Amino acid sequence: MMAESANASEIRASIVQQRKADDRKKLMVNLVLLALLLVAPAVLYPVFLMKILCFALFAVAFNLLLGFTGLLSFGHAAFLATGGYTTGYLLSTYANVTTEMGIIAGTAAATLLGLFFGLVTIRRQGIYFAMITLALAQLVFFFLVQAPFTGGEDGMHGVPRGYLFGLIDLQNNTAMYYFVLAIFLFGYILVQRIVTSPYGQILKAIKQNEPRAVSLGYNVNQYKLIAFVISAGLAGLAGSVKTVVFQLASLNDAHWHMSGEVILMTLIGGTGTLLGPVVGAAFVVNLEYQLSQGALADWVDAILGGIFILTVLAFRSGIVGEIQKFLKKNLH
Amino acid sequence: MSDQFVLETQGLVKEFKGFVAVDDVNLKVKRGHIHALIGPNGAGKTTVFNLLTKFLPPTRGKIFFNGKDITPMKSAAIARLGVVRSFQISAVFPHMTALENVRIALQSFEGSSFHFWKSGGSLDRLNERCMELLDSVGLMEFADTVTVELAYGRKRALELATTLAMEPQLLLLDEPTQGMGGEDVDRVVELVRKAAEGRTVLMVEHNLGVVSKLCDRITVLSQGAVLTEGDYQSVSDDPRVREVYMGTESTSTEVAG
Repeated sequence: MMAESANASEIRASIVQQRKADDRKKLMVNLVLLALLLVAPAVLYPVFLMKILCFALFAVAFNLLLGFTGLLSFGHAAFLATGGYTTGYLLSTYANVTTEMGIIAGTAAATLLGLFFGLVTIRRQGIYFAMITLALAQLVFFFLVQAPFTGGEDGMHGVPRGYLFGLIDLQNNTAMYYFVLAIFLFGYILVQRIVTSPYGQILKAIKQNEPRAVSLGYNVNQYKLIAFVISAGLAGLAGSVKTVVFQLASLNDAHWHMSGEVILMTLIGGTGTLLGPVVGAAFVVNLEYQLSQGALADWVDAILGGIFILTVLAFRSGIVGEIQKFLKKNLH
Repeated sequence: MSDQFVLETQGLVKEFKGFVAVDDVNLKVKRGHIHALIGPNGAGKTTVFNLLTKFLPPTRGKIFFNGKDITPMKSAAIARLGVVRSFQISAVFPHMTALENVRIALQSFEGSSFHFWKSGGSLDRLNERCMELLDSVGLMEFADTVTVELAYGRKRALELATTLAMEPQLLLLDEPTQGMGGEDVDRVVELVRKAAEGRTVLMVEHNLGVVSKLCDRITVLSQGAVLTEGDYQSVSDDPRVREVYMGTESTSTEVAG
């Protein structure tokens, strides 16, 4: 009996040690990523990088649902656009609204919208959940076309970037880049924290076996709703920042194409991994940019579609997932 | 009355369109008993389980747990009250380790399950209890194994450990030995016997050998209704039971098989 319990504590200690080693590995990856992002503007055009970071944040937010909760939302464009339009409207209309206030307001608006969407949809499963989120997002799209203050088909232009904390001129692309980077890191680290937290364990359990989670006393809809609202809020944050970077809020952001694109980015990069959506966003944004420069400009959607099919059929874990698998196989 | 019976149903009915799956079932499960629910396929055993845990809403009737009417409560709330079920197919979280599986159950009462800002390390203090529970079903050395890699019998043992982590007063086991070979069945019988110490168990079971070894009382369902109830001997001697449940074969050959 005594020997057994000593054995148990040994196993327990090794599990904790293993987790700490994994945490260290994760930290190293994060630091490398951070270093790359810090020096990136020296090599690449900051506006291009900011576009990637905005979409990366959008995809990371989306992946909190798809990858870690098992919910496929087909309406995430609504949150991106609500964040973007709210921030755009406030910054263009009121001179005394600072940039950071505009971004916070946009994020808050998307969070509230997420709460509303979530309350309506969270009881639904699978395809029904996807369809209702799509339908609600279409309502938001039509609202943004029709409302008198959104600029209709043209969207909003000339949104001022303003000053950060009234001090730093965000008209400077380098300053703007580091501001966007800080916000991206906030979102990324928040999601990383969430999925490894005690709450994240419950999300994982719900994703893997929902009836069992219910039978263990979890009111699963509450857990899903919280994830949905956080995801919507972060998607809104991405939209708000995007509006400030490009100084416009465009109807493209509300279109269902955008909801599809974020699914594409996440799947290509790898669902269920933290880095996957970031890599996927970089991959898609870069590919779209490269192709739009050349003779294949009209074929962008077809080529992305082909890559998507290939991913789903042959590389289901996505870029990051496949690399992780490869490393695991070859390190053991 | 409510002291003697942990679980009681009154006139429990479940109708699907044009079909009565559970027909006026009055069930009384005595505290401390291992109570079996048997019957041929389609008799409504699993449906009864689903009604008791509110995975399905009953059409009519009432369910009492410790004398308290739990009919209007939700599944999760019933589980937290102490009525915890297992499933016919092994219900585990496949891409988590065995330890994490058990820990999910412990978190249910631990109050941190909404804490999305806390580190994963804050759960380490639950690990000791997890190891005890895993040890009790002989899975200690598999604590750090991802569940999907465990053999079937071990998955079922893990499921039991997870269920026991909830400290249930009433354990509902849906065919715990389903799909198992001889040795595994014996292991599960021992595990259930151990798990039943100090609690009440209601189990659906096809293997009559298991039922005869474990169960204090048996309710036979047929076409959604209670056919008869009693201890193993009186139930297996009942000619009606033989007719619906065992066909024309005699009881003794079934038990031997």
